[in-house]
Amino acid sequence: MSSSLHPNPKFANKTVGGAKRPSRLPIGQWIGVLPFFIFSALFLIGPALILAYRSLEGPEGVLTFENYRQLTSETVLSAYGMSIRISLTSAILGGLIGFLIAWAISIGGLPRPFRSITSTFSGVASNFAGVPLAAAYIFTLGRVGVVTALFKVFGIDLYRSGFSLYSFAGLTLVYMYFQIPLMVLVILPALDGLKREWREAAENLGATSAQYWRHVALPVLIPSIMGTMILLFGNAFGAHATAYALTGGLFNLATLLIGQQISGDVLHNPGLGYAVAMGMVIIMALSIVIYSILQRRSERWLR
Amino acid sequence: MTTSAAPISITVKEQAARTPVRKNRFWSWVIFLVGALYFLVPLAATFYWSLRAERGTFGFEAYRRLFADTNFLPSFSESIVNAVAAIFLSLLFIVPTAYWVTLRLPRLRPVIEFITLLPFVIPAVVLVFGLIRLYSRPPLLWTATYDSSRILLVCVYAALSFPYMFRAVDNGLRAMDVKALTEAAQSLGAGWPTILLRVIFPNLRVALLSGALLTFAIVIGELTIALFMAQHTLGPYMANLTRSKVYEPSAMAIVAFAITWAAMGLIQLIGRGQQGQIAGGH
Repeated sequence: MSSSLHPNPKFANKTVGGAKRPSRLPIGQWIGVLPFFIFSALFLIGPALILAYRSLEGPEGVLTFENYRQLTSETVLSAYGMSIRISLTSAILGGLIGFLIAWAISIGGLPRPFRSITSTFSGVASNFAGVPLAAAYIFTLGRVGVVTALFKVFGIDLYRSGFSLYSFAGLTLVYMYFQIPLMVLVILPALDGLKREWREAAENLGATSAQYWRHVALPVLIPSIMGTMILLFGNAFGAHATAYALTGGLFNLATLLIGQQISGDVLHNPGLGYAVAMGMVIIMALSIVIYSILQRRSERWLR
Repeated sequence: MTTSAAPISITVKEQAARTPVRKNRFWSWVIFLVGALYFLVPLAATFYWSLRAERGTFGFEAYRRLFADTNFLPSFSESIVNAVAAIFLSLLFIVPTAYWVTLRLPRLRPVIEFITLLPFVIPAVVLVFGLIRLYSRPPLLWTATYDSSRILLVCVYAALSFPYMFRAVDNGLRAMDVKALTEAAQSLGAGWPTILLRVIFPNLRVALLSGALLTFAIVIGELTIALFMAQHTLGPYMANLTRSKVYEPSAMAIVAFAITWAAMGLIQLIGRGQQGQIAGGH
């Protein structure tokens, strides 16, 4: 409390109209963000902390890393591996395709209505994750799906030739249905942030369209493209509902493994369950660190 | 509303892009059409399937059966109420925080940004794991009754929307000059409530709507958290339906898609009006 009696001069300088109201105390500034911190502590940070604590708890309540050592067991590793493969593939492919679509409807010169239709549809399609999406794909590419049947008409048996909706390729294809629209929604503002003056300046200096993209637009956009792709990675890595609805929770995926662990101790070791959950958090945290670094770089231009 | 801005932008576009854009437009169409195909085929296939519940003819039998199911409408309306409550809760926490950080505590921005990104760090299934462990015993026994679990669920949904909501609001705040607007309002004698409600909020309307749109998208059919908290919302209902019925799930998927499309189209429509105003204002 005593700190409130000694206003930090650095703070006073940074405030708007600092000269007008120099008497405002720093503690007053913090009250503006306090509700947010309390809410986050209750519903985001708290649950994570209790898992972290439990994951470090040994059988007799002593602190141990034994649970984390067991993460290298085959069950856990293969679940993680599949999650990472699906997430990476769907983030990169979905990110690229989403960027192209966003480009086509913003700078690409398509008539204006296509842009609003596409962005509305993107909002809907990113919502279409989960059970309805899984159902739609079962009716499309499942064993008796419409597209599977169409392929058969042309003499191609998808399921005989190695494809399955309930596999790496199938899940990746399904995930892209919400990855692409999310990319479109998030990257559109960045594309709008490209200033017309840059293009005009480049053209006045004799640049071709390709040169403008290579030397001006892409360098400005790449941090936010990469950042958004990492967002997509997290989006897929943490996805549980779609995979659960598609496979009945039996596919070998990190999120499904945790779900099984909640319902009943399938790993036969509660501590390991907490460690698996924390392992996911650690992988996600790493990607967020990369995301924030990239985000800072893109902020420089797309302000 | 946009009449003052539109002619200017059209002439500039034509000047800037006489030859290059013509070439690009071909690829824009290719990309758009391939994308449209990828997104429409599953919907078309599902719709086709939903019409085949009766042997030999096309009809809406699957839809009739779905709506005749006594569990469908209650779980759907419950999900809508949850979603709307979560959106308001999220706005209540995010808008003042984002504004305050932009204006007064820029040094706190990385911390706030980090916290709002936590739902990406903590997957829903991990979050519900932690919530159950944290709130299923005294002193915080919040999973004891259905209603207290439901309140917990709405709070968690609001927290899940933080990344989208903060991003949207933050982008909106960056699109305007918060400091200049605040100073201008202050010099005209406006107090904080007036500044927030009559200067910042109107300028943020589009951003808030897009944030609300995304929140709705995440929450309405949410399965994972509702499932493990034993809530009778749309997500668990649909998962159960997909497992137990043959034709109804296709009708369910189409209905879910149609209703959310309607809801979001509406939000988008309101948003476009606002965008027009902003474009006119500049």
